[in-house]
Amino acid sequence: MKKFVLLLCLSAALSLQIAGAADITGTITLTGTPPAAKEITPIKDDPTCASLYPGDLPKTMFYVTGANGELADVVVTLKGISGQSTGASAPPAVLDQKGCLYVPQIIAVQTGQKIIVKNSDPCVHNVHATPTANPEANQVQMPGGADLTFAFDKPEPFLKFRCDVHPWMFAWVTVVDSPYFAVSGKDGKFTIKNVPPGKYTLEAAHRKLGAQTADIEVKADGAAQNFTFEVK
Amino acid sequence: MLNAVTTFLLIGLGGLVTSHEAGMSVPDWPTTYGYNMFLFPVDKWVGGIFYEHSHRLLASVVGFLTTLLAIFIWLKDSRKWLHWLGIAAFLLVILQGILGGLRVRWQLNWLGVPHGAVAQTFLVLTCAIALCLSRWWQNLETAKLVSVPRGLRKHIFYVTLLIFIQLLIAATMRHQHAGLAISDFPLAHGKIWPDTTPTTIASYNAQRTEMNGENPITAFQVNLQMVHRLVAYTIFLGVAAAAFLARKKLGGGDALTKFAFFWLILLSLQIVLGAATIWSNKAADVTTLHVMVGAAALLTGALWCLMAARRTRLAA
Repeated sequence: MKKFVLLLCLSAALSLQIAGAADITGTITLTGTPPAAKEITPIKDDPTCASLYPGDLPKTMFYVTGANGELADVVVTLKGISGQSTGASAPPAVLDQKGCLYVPQIIAVQTGQKIIVKNSDPCVHNVHATPTANPEANQVQMPGGADLTFAFDKPEPFLKFRCDVHPWMFAWVTVVDSPYFAVSGKDGKFTIKNVPPGKYTLEAAHRKLGAQTADIEVKADGAAQNFTFEVK
Repeated sequence: MLNAVTTFLLIGLGGLVTSHEAGMSVPDWPTTYGYNMFLFPVDKWVGGIFYEHSHRLLASVVGFLTTLLAIFIWLKDSRKWLHWLGIAAFLLVILQGILGGLRVRWQLNWLGVPHGAVAQTFLVLTCAIALCLSRWWQNLETAKLVSVPRGLRKHIFYVTLLIFIQLLIAATMRHQHAGLAISDFPLAHGKIWPDTTPTTIASYNAQRTEMNGENPITAFQVNLQMVHRLVAYTIFLGVAAAAFLARKKLGGGDALTKFAFFWLILLSLQIVLGAATIWSNKAADVTTLHVMVGAAALLTGALWCLMAARRTRLAA
């Protein structure tokens, strides 16, 4: 009976905390003219990869923007928050190798969160993680081979995954030590969910354009913060 | 001679591995994707694996030839000092193999720099051995020999040393895996000396569309390429001076003068290839040719020094 009451109290406290938490939302915009995307012509060097593109070759995706300059692939995090990772119990993130490209190219995960790497291609890849703060790893993945699993213990921005068999293939994974992060979508929008009320520094980081910060206060109804990046 | 030529080709193939960013495309060593490297099926030699695996196989051939060379010298040649040169080549090729293997096993980028430096040293050593074994070396007619002035020999030695330092700078640049830190020539980011403030470096990176996912460039890398350019101009002037000094001191018909002018042609070609490397956005074939001509320039200087020393010693 005592255990039941304790559990009930804990559940109530958790519910209250979640009810008190709110979302941080915003939109990322790009101004200026980014360099034009280029066709990834080295794909032609591998007949198997080339056969996957009977028409146009895919292009580089360093700047993914909407019609009005909305900027995707910006990683938004709460700066200075650490030791709050729930990565061990979080569902795994997925990186696929499809069309001899990493899909998606930019993701964010928590420390300790699993990253499942798939190979949907009819050719071999080597999945080569090249971190600076975490241990490096380089594993072979045959076509149709078993998924590979990675996890990183230390926070690190834009940790690069590459394939050395196909050197145009890469993805960047930002590892965060808390569950409070988001990656902007093609509409430039982001939402960081369930942030406890308080004052924070919000950081928006783009792989090519660096990082910006803004001081915000999350109230019961949440907070909103937009960022504008400029290509010079 | 066969060993020397194979080593030169191996340096070219090593250049292709780095130019194609394929150094880690075979994650295991000494096996290849779990296979005994000599039994790795040919149909799996695709993409970066082709360059890395071919490099390993050719390296094995060089290792085998070097072992034969060391044994041959030990058994057939009477010169003790040459015995030890053979042993040195044997040890160096083993060291080089281990360095290459550890580069893969320990996943250490910077090990590519000593791997490149040992490759150049090994090339000079094997070619020096080939020269010492040649008929020219052993049958020089003392009566006809003219000694080479000490000043000229010192000049060429120091220029050769500078070429070796230049190759170390180049290896450091290549193993940053950052692509071109400066993408224009003869100017650098539109200026005689590029701006390297943090804001400008950020702007360079924002404007780059690096196809091979190279790392972002840094101020250090920009300055390093500028040093590489300045050292290249210095070497060119040094080699030009060497050729004209040789003609003045030894006469236009002397073999060493002709060799010095060949060196000058090589350096001119190397400058053009350096520019072409930039203009082609570091195309793998052009860049690799630049690496090979660099190795040939080092070798030419080193052999010139050896031949001049030999001639002078016999003429004395």
